[in-house]
Amino acid sequence: MKLKTLLLGAIASTALAPAAFAERGSDGHVNIIYWQAPSILNPYLSSGTKDIESASLVIEPLGRYDQDGALVAYLAEEIPTVENGGVSADLKSITWKLKSGLLWSDGSAVTSADVKFTADYCMDPAGGCAQLAKFEGVDSVEIIDDLTVTVTFGEAKPNPYGPFMGGQSPIIQMAQFENCTGAKAPECTDANFGPIGTGPFVVTDFRPNDVISMVANENYRDASKPAFATLTFKGGGSAMASGRAVLETGEFDYAWNLQLAPDVLAKMSEGGKGKTVAAFGTLVERIEMNMTDTSPDLPEGERGTVMHPHPFLSDVRVRKALSMAIDRELLVEIGYGQAGRATCNLVPAPLIYASDNTDCLIQDIEGAKALLEEAGYTVGSDGVREKDGVRLSMLYQTSTNAVRQDFQALIKQWWQEIGVESELRNINASVFFGGDPGSHDTFQRFYADVEMYANNFDGTDPESYLAQHTCDKAPKPESQWMGENMNRYCDPAYDALVAELGRTGELSKRGEIAKKLNDMLTKESYVVVPLVDRGRVSAHANSLGGVILNTWDSELWNVADWHRIK
Amino acid sequence: MTDLSNQTPLAPPRSQWLSVWDQLKKHKGALLGGGFLLFITLAVLLGPYIWTLDPQKIDYRARDFRPIYHALFDADAKTAWGNPLGTDQLGRDGLANLLAGGRTSMAVGWAAMLLTLFIGTLIGVVAGYFKKLDNPLMRLTDLFLSLPILPLLLVAVTLFRQPLHANFGPEGGMFILIVGIIGITSWMPTARIVRGDVLALKEREFVVAARSIGTQPGAMIWRHLLPNVISPIMVSATLGLAAAIITESALSFLGVGFPSDFPTWGKMLADAVQRMEEFPERVMLPGVAISLTVLSVNYLGDGLRDALDPRIRGR
Repeated sequence: MKLKTLLLGAIASTALAPAAFAERGSDGHVNIIYWQAPSILNPYLSSGTKDIESASLVIEPLGRYDQDGALVAYLAEEIPTVENGGVSADLKSITWKLKSGLLWSDGSAVTSADVKFTADYCMDPAGGCAQLAKFEGVDSVEIIDDLTVTVTFGEAKPNPYGPFMGGQSPIIQMAQFENCTGAKAPECTDANFGPIGTGPFVVTDFRPNDVISMVANENYRDASKPAFATLTFKGGGSAMASGRAVLETGEFDYAWNLQLAPDVLAKMSEGGKGKTVAAFGTLVERIEMNMTDTSPDLPEGERGTVMHPHPFLSDVRVRKALSMAIDRELLVEIGYGQAGRATCNLVPAPLIYASDNTDCLIQDIEGAKALLEEAGYTVGSDGVREKDGVRLSMLYQTSTNAVRQDFQALIKQWWQEIGVESELRNINASVFFGGDPGSHDTFQRFYADVEMYANNFDGTDPESYLAQHTCDKAPKPESQWMGENMNRYCDPAYDALVAELGRTGELSKRGEIAKKLNDMLTKESYVVVPLVDRGRVSAHANSLGGVILNTWDSELWNVADWHRIK
Repeated sequence: MTDLSNQTPLAPPRSQWLSVWDQLKKHKGALLGGGFLLFITLAVLLGPYIWTLDPQKIDYRARDFRPIYHALFDADAKTAWGNPLGTDQLGRDGLANLLAGGRTSMAVGWAAMLLTLFIGTLIGVVAGYFKKLDNPLMRLTDLFLSLPILPLLLVAVTLFRQPLHANFGPEGGMFILIVGIIGITSWMPTARIVRGDVLALKEREFVVAARSIGTQPGAMIWRHLLPNVISPIMVSATLGLAAAIITESALSFLGVGFPSDFPTWGKMLADAVQRMEEFPERVMLPGVAISLTVLSVNYLGDGLRDALDPRIRGR
């Protein structure tokens, strides 16, 4: 009996040993592939998901959202709420307390000065901070003591978790970025390519638009993490190639966002080296209408700005007709299968913010034709409608991706049926989402009439996401073509409602306003034409453990917990 | 004195081209190649008038049809006589796409080849004939040889897409751009070959004789030099056609060529790669079309070289 217990004990201890003695770097190397290559590791200078997510390995925010959209403290001691006194009763300030003993990867201490600096860095009026929406309404950030900061808002802020929450708003080190503020921000190449952070990994080599090499952070706050000693983050290629690399050949351990036709993905999974994981979030594939004229005849500096409204897309009836001609259910069937559902909403989730707008789900070609007739556009000799010499002829751009090209072909055909001619153009994803202010082909620059891509918001609150469509956020030459309001949509009523949302605390009221804002952009103005609510599909190797797909924050949010299954 | 008026010629004078044809007939590969090239050119030119389905027409209900021959070994396969070469994932007809795609690919090939030939011959003859221009022109050739074509094309697409698009429309503008770039980056081998031949010919007795009676340079080039360098020109022309088709395919494959709904053989290939395992025919058909065209052009070139060289002819 005694012997048996002893033996059982021995067996149990060997079985538990790997877990009990897990230490930093014990699992060797991990390979991650993103088919869009990161071009910078500073999320404040790029709105590209690939840049934000790759940076999330290195720099961390005070708090993140978990897979259910709940708030989790990262660098903060706890999430401040009204209940625990962290958020003031008048909703005008939020006090964050850092964990004590936090170190940057270079060994220096993380202090509240870094947090304040991060806010100043992004809110610098001379710089075009890509995440400015996160800092909407911030009046000041004050240092209380070494570990405490208070963010004060100009008005009551019912959702005070804009600054320093989520992958888009991580803390950067003051010592490193001190001389990189304002207009000088993009010039600090070393800092932007290798930020010093608190995250589980440290950059050793960054090759823009190619590969990032990283090693485990010696100063990471949990001594047993990360399990991997080194990490390679490969960018570029295609969704197809990265899917194969994980599911069929096993060269990589994790592949992000496999936007592939459902039949293709199913076939690939038969490779047996890995599995796909899916989750629904707020990612919506949409068509954005350009409200400005981007004709190349206009001089540079005026082209694509509010000085010249679009010749026909500025007419709401035309935009509505374009939306009515689309059969969204068919698009889902062809492009996404299980991983998508037709939607008319820009904000499809969470439930309290999702409008019940379903008008667009039924395709209505005849109705669209009638609407164009009513707007005065009559069919010309070549089958294309025109009015006073303005032909309904558009440039329709998107990123290079097989599903998107299929969508383009289908939508082009439907638009052709209602007498709208479109020219298709596809641009390499790294360029399209690259945010290079010098390139004409980025989605911010939007030198086309309509463009299609997908976007989502971090966290569960759509306030900052909806705030992206206010007048002042339009990309323009003065802002180095940065900004999230690609459509250059501008409606004072919308701006006012966004401000009201920022003042409202009651959750049900917030839901109402958010729905109204959503409807203003979609079914009332058709500036944004949502197509498909997309689940995210990623893949990981069978031997990679700890992956929890998160659609509310960076997919790599819990990379510190990833480990090798032996 | 002999009476000349009674003499009759032993045989009627033969045209040079007839003997070229005789020689070419002996080259089986060249005959087959030429025949196939003629066939495929006629097919893409006239085909769309016979097979009138619109290649861009999406018929979602008729998607993923297999080619008709699939019914031979798989009775359950989705096939239809209406789409003898099957349809793609959006139900666009395979045969119509192959014909329309071939039209573009062949047009790019022929146009780029003619442009290449023109520039190459011009530079080669001038460099060979006029000694003063020889060195600068040949250094220019070296310069162009060192230009990598694909990166150059990518830059050119970015720079010139917009103005060309405004003047010639999306497809026309891209056609001019691609043909232009291929033309100005692939004339160098032709120029070098032609220059070499001209240099050798220049010292030959008949040229010296022609010069001694005062033939002007223009006439000299036109009457005496060009007819004698026609054979290497023809050969490089055939190779140029093949290279142009392949370059266009590569560009479409990279997604920087024609708009995504405008079929070309290269684009059909690129689109089909994803579903290569399930629908191999979508890769095979355009792939085989490109390969056979290029192969037939090469064989034809080989045969022409033999046939056009008077020393080989008749052997």
